[in-house]
Amino acid sequence: MNKFKGVDYFNADSLLTEDEIMVRESVREFVDAEIIPIIELNYREGKFPFELVPKMAEIGLFGSTLPQKYGCAAMNNVAYGLVTQELERGDSGIRSFVSVQSALVMYPIYAFGSEEQKDFWLPKLAKGEKIGCFGLTEPDFGSNPSGMITKAEKIDGGYLLNGAKMWITNGTIADVAVVWAKFNGVVNGFLVEKDFKGFSAPETKGKHSLRASVTSELIFDNVFVPESNILPKTSGLKSALMCLNQARYGIAWGVVGSMMACYDSALNYAKSRKQFSKPIAAYQLTQDKLVFMVTEITKAQLLNIQLGRLKDQNKVKFTQVSLAKRNNCQKALEIARVAREILGANGILDEYPVMRHSANLESVKTYEGTHEMHTLILGEDITGFAAFD
Amino acid sequence: MKIVVCVSHVPDTATKIKISADEKNIDSAGVSYVINPYDEFAIEEALKTKEKIGGEVYVVTIGNEAAKESLRKALAMGADEAIHLKYDGYLDSLNVAKNLAEEIKSLNSQLVFMGKQSIDFDNCVVPQMTAELLDYNSISVCVSFSLDGNKVTCEREIEGGKEVVESQLPIIVGAQKGLNEPRYASLKGIMAAKKKTIQEKNCTFTNNSVELIKIKKPASKNPGRILGTDVSVVPELVRLLREEAKAI
Ligand SMILES: Cc1cc2nc3c(=O)[nH]c(=O)nc-3n(C[C@H](O)[C@H](O)[C@H](O)COP(=O)(O)OP(=O)(O)OC[C@H]3O[C@@H](n4cnc5c(N)ncnc54)[C@H](O)[C@@H]3O)c2cc1C
Repeated sequence: MNKFKGVDYFNADSLLTEDEIMVRESVREFVDAEIIPIIELNYREGKFPFELVPKMAEIGLFGSTLPQKYGCAAMNNVAYGLVTQELERGDSGIRSFVSVQSALVMYPIYAFGSEEQKDFWLPKLAKGEKIGCFGLTEPDFGSNPSGMITKAEKIDGGYLLNGAKMWITNGTIADVAVVWAKFNGVVNGFLVEKDFKGFSAPETKGKHSLRASVTSELIFDNVFVPESNILPKTSGLKSALMCLNQARYGIAWGVVGSMMACYDSALNYAKSRKQFSKPIAAYQLTQDKLVFMVTEITKAQLLNIQLGRLKDQNKVKFTQVSLAKRNNCQKALEIARVAREILGANGILDEYPVMRHSANLESVKTYEGTHEMHTLILGEDITGFAAFD
Repeated sequence: MKIVVCVSHVPDTATKIKISADEKNIDSAGVSYVINPYDEFAIEEALKTKEKIGGEVYVVTIGNEAAKESLRKALAMGADEAIHLKYDGYLDSLNVAKNLAEEIKSLNSQLVFMGKQSIDFDNCVVPQMTAELLDYNSISVCVSFSLDGNKVTCEREIEGGKEVVESQLPIIVGAQKGLNEPRYASLKGIMAAKKKTIQEKNCTFTNNSVELIKIKKPASKNPGRILGTDVSVVPELVRLLREEAKAI
């Protein structure tokens, strides 16, 4: 197989700095050597490749934008985006692991935690010695998390937590869960540790998507959470949404990796597969498909770089993140489907990455705010009318 | 102790090579360059040695402006200092060795790692030549390395087996595949490398004793032929092997 060289039709590399490119190349090398050779088997077996965790920690993939004093790389957001892009070229499940650890666990501890919480958790999470998960979604509250019923009651020395979360990435393998629950009617964040009494996290089985990622239910049955484990600096649901905004940003970049993997696979296949007298790449209908792919990849790439630059200047609006997440996930799914068509019957085999990406992207389109919810968020922003309450 | 690693910046093994118009170089347009793969083993061994015994790792390259990229990568992997001996053109191995020897002498380093060969010109002589010029010991094609005080023990790959050899500092060690697993440039390493400066120096050039005249591509192979997919073609295959290929 040819080594993947990236897709860059508009010389988008000229918009990146030398170190941003180095970050991308290093992660690309990592993905080629460590993820791609093992991912299909893990996916088939529905297993998260745990052995990657120390390796990912060693190259610094966890919390890579956070300060060096916690053992992190203090990179900018464009470099972080390039990391998620390369990881998702490997697999959305692996990228999800890194997104959750970084944007949904380390980020909230960093942004809303006490100094003691930061000093204790962040270095361990950066080293991959501890794994985290983020519990917001509930069985009856997905797009509408403000309705959540998980709640905390104040008792001597801490809180009593009751309720359940669902669809939680890394739940079963996590050492610490960032759990959002209502206390006196206001959403608060709590650090629930794996061995707290009354806490369990059974794995959700039967997934046809994100099979190389662990998804779980979190159950809280009178779980005592000590005072030292409440995140002191949160301010309601807004804080949870700030985390999602971080993660969505990574997704907007990540899915471009899936797009590239599908395009690369389809392009190579189309050039070598002959039907009738010619390679199928020589037929106009196939060219139309390939041109669609490269066009959407190029647009998404340029969108992401500008989004990242705005984020690095602290000027990004959450609606801009919504637009990029919504567009890029949708286009990635379309690209995966078109790539599958080009590969014909081979497209359904796990010898090629296309069907796996396609199935993964169904989750990616739904989590971190569904396509429809981002439409409504943007709709409200441009019209001034909220179509949801 | 200063540990020196010498690296070269070479075309990626996956590139399709085109020869330039003057036939003395390759056309670098569209070619991606990387650290010579054997030099990556050399860097890793230097870093591992530093982690054991302390000191600083100096990485040195001879090459044009673009060669800085390999120095940056070595810095990102964890090297402490980088020295760029600037030269844009063809240097024969002896010229390369003289310049490296000069630099190693001025750094006063007793332990030097290099790749056993550079995959661009494949001369496989620079480690030994440099050692000779410095009057250092040298062991090349090493698949293991250990240092105990002044004593160096290496395993070398030989046809059908390995040999264990001993020598002592000062020494130049030529790295072979299998010596170690080179680390990835970590994100922290890349950010730290950004802050390090690359020292630039000019290369001294004495006339090449081996001059490059021309680069040629190997004769292109005739495409294969499929006679059929079952036993019925065996007689024809035998006939062709005998009469056409004259192989049997
Ligand atoms: C693999 C996977 C991993 C996940 N990981 C996590 C995690 O780590 N942590 C976490 O907290 N959550 C996680 N989630 C949950 C995810 O964020 C939710 O699935 C998502 O928010 C949607 O919620 P829902 O599935 O309940 O769908 P619902 O909210 O029930 O939506 C169903 C459909 O109705 C549409 N809809 C809803 N409201 C409206 C409206 N007002 N107008 C128009 N259409 C509407 C939606 O767009 C969707 O198409 C994960 C999900 C998956 C699949």
